[in-house]
Amino acid sequence: MPDLLIELFSEEIPARMQARAREDLRKLLTDGLVEAGLTYASAGAFSTPRRLTLAIEGLSANSPTTREERKGPRTDAPDAALEGFLRSTGLTRDQLEARDDKKGQVWFATITRPGRPAAEIVAEVLEAAIRNFPWPKSMRWGSGNMRWVRPLHSIMCILTDEAGAQVVPLTVEGITAGDTTRGHRFMAPDAFAVTGFDDYAAKLRRARVMLDSAEREAEIRSQAENLAFARGWQIVPDDGLLAEVAGLVEWPVPLMGVIEDRFLDLPPEVLQTSMKEHQKFFSARNPKTGRIEGFVTVANIETPDDGTTILAGNQRVLAARLSDAAFFYENDLREARAGMTHWAEGLQSVTFHNKLGSQADRIARIAALAREIAPLVGADPDHAEEAAQLAKLDLRSSMVGEFPELQGTMGRYYALAAGKPQAIADAARDHYSPLGPSDDVPTAPVSVAVALSDKIDTLTGFWAIDEKPTGSKDPFALRRAALGVIRLVLGNNLRVHSTQCFINHLMSKCLIDTNPHGTGRGDGYGFGPQPDYSIEFFVMASGGGFGGGDDQKAAFWADEAAQAATDLLAFLHDRLKVYLRDQGIRHDIIDAVLAQPGNDDLVLVVNRSVALNDMLKTEDGKNLTQGLKRAGNILTQAEEKDGVEYSFGADEKFAETEAERALFKALDTAEPAIRQATKAEDFPAAMQAIAALRAPIDAFFEAVQVNSDNQILRRNRLNLLSRIREAGRQIADFTKIEG
Amino acid sequence: MTSPNRPRSFQEIILRLQNYWAATGCAVLQPYDMEVGAGTFHPATTLRSLGSRPWAAAYVQPSRRPTDGRYGENPNRLQHYYQYQVIIKPSPPDLQDLYLGSLRAIGLDPMIHDVRFVEDDWESPTLGAWGLGWEVWCDGMEVSQFTYFQQVGGHDCRPVSGELTYGLERLAMYVLGVEHVMDMPFNDPDSPIPLTYGDIFRQTEREYSRWNFDQVDTAMLFQHFKDAEDECARILAADPEDSAGRRIPMAHPAYDQAIKASHIFNLLDARGVISVTERQAYIGRVRALAKACADLFLTTDAAREDAA
Repeated sequence: MPDLLIELFSEEIPARMQARAREDLRKLLTDGLVEAGLTYASAGAFSTPRRLTLAIEGLSANSPTTREERKGPRTDAPDAALEGFLRSTGLTRDQLEARDDKKGQVWFATITRPGRPAAEIVAEVLEAAIRNFPWPKSMRWGSGNMRWVRPLHSIMCILTDEAGAQVVPLTVEGITAGDTTRGHRFMAPDAFAVTGFDDYAAKLRRARVMLDSAEREAEIRSQAENLAFARGWQIVPDDGLLAEVAGLVEWPVPLMGVIEDRFLDLPPEVLQTSMKEHQKFFSARNPKTGRIEGFVTVANIETPDDGTTILAGNQRVLAARLSDAAFFYENDLREARAGMTHWAEGLQSVTFHNKLGSQADRIARIAALAREIAPLVGADPDHAEEAAQLAKLDLRSSMVGEFPELQGTMGRYYALAAGKPQAIADAARDHYSPLGPSDDVPTAPVSVAVALSDKIDTLTGFWAIDEKPTGSKDPFALRRAALGVIRLVLGNNLRVHSTQCFINHLMSKCLIDTNPHGTGRGDGYGFGPQPDYSIEFFVMASGGGFGGGDDQKAAFWADEAAQAATDLLAFLHDRLKVYLRDQGIRHDIIDAVLAQPGNDDLVLVVNRSVALNDMLKTEDGKNLTQGLKRAGNILTQAEEKDGVEYSFGADEKFAETEAERALFKALDTAEPAIRQATKAEDFPAAMQAIAALRAPIDAFFEAVQVNSDNQILRRNRLNLLSRIREAGRQIADFTKIEG
Repeated sequence: MTSPNRPRSFQEIILRLQNYWAATGCAVLQPYDMEVGAGTFHPATTLRSLGSRPWAAAYVQPSRRPTDGRYGENPNRLQHYYQYQVIIKPSPPDLQDLYLGSLRAIGLDPMIHDVRFVEDDWESPTLGAWGLGWEVWCDGMEVSQFTYFQQVGGHDCRPVSGELTYGLERLAMYVLGVEHVMDMPFNDPDSPIPLTYGDIFRQTEREYSRWNFDQVDTAMLFQHFKDAEDECARILAADPEDSAGRRIPMAHPAYDQAIKASHIFNLLDARGVISVTERQAYIGRVRALAKACADLFLTTDAAREDAA
């Protein structure tokens, strides 16, 4: 059983592509080898900035010989048929065998495919893998036609068994495979030959290359932590940065530096972002001061001066970068203290979307909505409105221009510098949240008001101009906005009638906009010159154009708004289903609940769903569902057949059996209990009350035939079933429950 | 950084690069005599990276980026600066090693410094060009751009050119250990008349910053943009044969007009008179010119290996 070692040695592979490339190489090779009939014991893939390596252990030396038997034409068939058969099998007539078949004598062919040596198969599979490698971006170089992520310099491909190592004969676009590689670009640049994976890894290590990225990561982590520990500092963990840096070096040499005092007053987020984005430094925090006071840079080389020159250089570059940052910050603070009016004006000329006006227009809408939402979330309306007006002003600041990922974070600092209350400043930082399913949800009332308004404005805006997500396309991240609304509402237990809120906002977009340069006037940065649905929508809404005072048209647009809102609610429901499914709640349960009135109150929907979900896990719940469905089915059939609705007047006096009487009694108890519990929104209690019907319903069906010949009895029993159905409908639409 | 090999002035770094690349066999060209934003715009790069004819050139290119003007006060930003540009077609297999040799030549020894190739894809929307490569880091500072051209003017590059661009001021400040560009020795500090970068450029940076940001006549610029665009189109549309029946397509004169339009656009941008939406449209107009020039260049003898 030979072992296979492949190395593709190239110019520097982008760090972000390495992990995926390792996996692709492993999969392409193992899949190809297996498909060709080889087996293997294990396969491991590795990467450094300059190489992709695959080591396969226990590869079969040959693919097995296969035999295939194929049935041909009858022996008395015309010659042409026989010739065709010979052609397709590649055999001659004397290699065929005539056998008796049901319809007479028939030719049979046995095709033998001899096994092939592993080297031959490896060469084919590797060449195909190189030519079709799925790099996210690939390139040509020199005069060649080959594509790789960066120029490919050499291919190592050897099979090793007890007899020694053998190079697999292979040439791809002028590169012939061999058994040599090179070490570190500067510390050990010479070529050397290897005999197998262990030899390869050991020689690479001597040649200052750490092959395994996981080892490089561990090395960087532990050395960085040691360096920090020696000063009493802690490294700010950053797994993404760690993986990236491990993909930039073959021989990691972490070096620790100190941030000059003059930069320590910069916000820690600024220090961290600048060092990470520009220089790929790790930040070191001093736990005593809580500040970021140092950094770790990871060099790719050991130098005679122990990195002194390298560290000095990095320190110098950092100082230049942080001087820029400090300059931006000082300028921004000056503007912040002056009230940020320039920024607010500047946002008038920043287009949010050409059909939805400028950022300034958008902020005005959000502010109005935040004011409206404020009482629902327990926020002061003036604060909510002001917070919304300030929250996005930092988009015009120099710092956010330089580091877009600091949006909001800087907004908070600038709002504080402007002397705004803490709650308003926090809203600037928090109003973008939550950004994903696991991100923290804001809970401070002002933040919630602005965060919710921000997302609702986004959703209603894009719904109004009919730019909804389709398939995998969601360029405006509307799914994320919808999930944000859901998580804000649920996380803060907000009782909002979403539909009405959407309609109000859709209709009021227009009313807000009274300035002559804003949305909906078809000028400046607003709408383009082509009139369309959305323009009319907004023009109408803004009370401009043809809208004012015309009741009929107003009604028409109100109707449009209601339709958009209904459609948007359905989208929100879809996202809610995805969200709840991740929480372990079945989609059919959510559907059953969504069929109930009040489904635009998401908290209500979730509380109902959770309680129903819990009940359906119990034995009573499962059987009850069956009973309710059975009652429903019998009733529906009878109603269809008779053309009437049995919904009134079951009378206990017509009850014939104990089971019927027991059901009457149980319903008499359960009905008011369910009603009261649902009214109080105590869904667990409602579930308990309806679950109590399980035994009586089961007993009833056991004892009684509903469709009795006696019409009076039949009608009475159907009316009794109707009470069961009604009891169920108080909770959910059980017909939608599966199973 | 106190190696004896260390250069002493800005001009010495340029001279060493010139000598180094001359020794590798590049034709050492002179700067293009028009205002450009980067060395890539020099026809020796843009046009000569097209077609199959081998090419190897190195040159200094004065470059202008009006928006980067800071009145000579910022230690690192200038509206007029120098790039060193190397372009070799087809890209040789040892281009990385050649490049590292040039760093050694200017006193950056990769055994003492930390030299890294960090992913950076290059794209020029105005030239309809893109390529893959890296920014080269030395001790955490970007000292060069290293690009394998894949497309220029909308055409696939076959063969592929390798392009190296050094930001000379930044690189030299690092090599010379200078904190502010204006303090950098331009000639040898021990010269009878030592001159700093500031002695030569502080005044011009101030003047051009003012002109670029506040003074340049925008109505005139809009007109000049249009003139350049029209003239470019006219040249491109001209009969490739002259009155004597000789085939002389005029790709280079047309391309000059494209360069001109591009620089005028940069000035208008610095003046802040181009809105976000218009910006894209202007870039698209310059790209259309550059592409048409590339198309025409490919029909010339200079683009073909077999041509005399």
